[in-house]
Amino acid sequence: MTTINTETKYVLETHDLEIYYGTFKAVTDVNMKVEENKITAIIGPSGCGKSTLLRAFNRMNELYAGTSIKGKITFNGEDIYAKDVDPVEVRYRIGMVFQKPNPFPKSIYENIAWTARIHGFRGNMDELVESSLRQAALWDEVKDKLHQSGLSLSGGQQQRLCIARAISIKPEVILMDEPASALDPIATLKIEELMQELKRDYTIVIVTHNMQQAARASDYTAMMMLSGNGERSGTVIEFDETNRIFTRPKDKRTEDYVTGRFG
Amino acid sequence: MVRKTFESEIQQVKDDVLVLGSMVEKALLDSVEALKKRDIKAAERLFQEDKEINKKRFEIENHLMVLIATQQPMAHDLRLLASTMEIISELERMGDYAKGISNINIRMGDTTLLKPLIDVPRMAQKGADMLHRSLTAFVNEDVETAKKLPIEDDEVDALYNQIYRELMTFIIADPKTIERANWLLWVAHNLERFADRVTNICERTVFIATGELSEIKSSDDEFWKQQNQEK
Repeated sequence: MTTINTETKYVLETHDLEIYYGTFKAVTDVNMKVEENKITAIIGPSGCGKSTLLRAFNRMNELYAGTSIKGKITFNGEDIYAKDVDPVEVRYRIGMVFQKPNPFPKSIYENIAWTARIHGFRGNMDELVESSLRQAALWDEVKDKLHQSGLSLSGGQQQRLCIARAISIKPEVILMDEPASALDPIATLKIEELMQELKRDYTIVIVTHNMQQAARASDYTAMMMLSGNGERSGTVIEFDETNRIFTRPKDKRTEDYVTGRFG
Repeated sequence: MVRKTFESEIQQVKDDVLVLGSMVEKALLDSVEALKKRDIKAAERLFQEDKEINKKRFEIENHLMVLIATQQPMAHDLRLLASTMEIISELERMGDYAKGISNINIRMGDTTLLKPLIDVPRMAQKGADMLHRSLTAFVNEDVETAKKLPIEDDEVDALYNQIYRELMTFIIADPKTIERANWLLWVAHNLERFADRVTNICERTVFIATGELSEIKSSDDEFWKQQNQEK
């Protein structure tokens, strides 16, 4: 009889992570693990370092001058900040979707095709565009107008186009920074449903201000808050299964936040 | 204060649960008193008044549904609202037990009581008192009281067993008393079940405060454990 390996696989791990903007320590003491093919949400009040932490996972922080880290972030066990690691390569494998949908000023087709091309794709482009749009639950809505501008789509459709673009280069992880906060409620729910389908093939980490979204859509939740060490650094104060965070959190600060008693 | 509106709604719900609880307590004590005095008119009135208990239960349930839909309760708030849903359901059933006693009083018609009621009112007093204290514990989230209260159900069970034995003695001595004995056994059964439901309310109070949902063990459990061991 074949034994199935049921050991949990963690795609991303942080080890005593600190993130600095210049000399300002924005994030401190984060030790968390992101499980493969699960959705991990990062929630917390404004200014506690959620987006900073998210951007560290694919070295997007480095686009801001003066950022640095201490500690480690590993991706499949490899230190992504090691000297010989190319940050561009990291961003192929750990993709990102932003709060404001940002399709290129190109056709729907070219948004995906151009992205794939510059990442070295040489296969059947029509098939890749179709499969990416299908995976992003957008194909049926745009299949008859692939040569129209990506900017002609609604906000929700534009965001799904950005997701299609991100997954066309086959990353392992998709980071989402408040992907639905600029969208109407129906478009928001469509993105959340899409996330449930995407997690079969990808690992997702999402930052959200919307607690109900985190509760509905994620498997695990990291609660971030200022650490209270007088330095205004954010840290993860609790990390657990989403069900637990929203029904029986262990930390009183988490309880206060999710019940709206915080502040 | 953050969530001032929600807090005051929660307080309103708790107050309403206490009102419902006191309606049920009164219904129980009044129904037993009416039985003791063979006051059929009072029994008929109490039978109809059960509708008020049901109405109050549905009012609270509706309020809870609205709060769940509009306030997105999480963690403690969620446990509180979900548990209150269960508790009012228990209270409604307890009200039905009181109604059942009134029903028996009415159906007995002209027949006299088989014996003066002594243990039956004791059971009712104990049950009503336990209910009162369990609801105070619920409102105050008093886990200690909630965990200790269920054991007092043993007293109610002991009274039931006493009544049972006594009624069996009557039946054996004179089989013609069987109908009248049966009426009283049903009354005692309702009172025994009334007290049992207090345990359920206590379990919910513990859950609200701690997040742990489990049965609070009673002597019944120990009795059956022993029975199974002896086999």
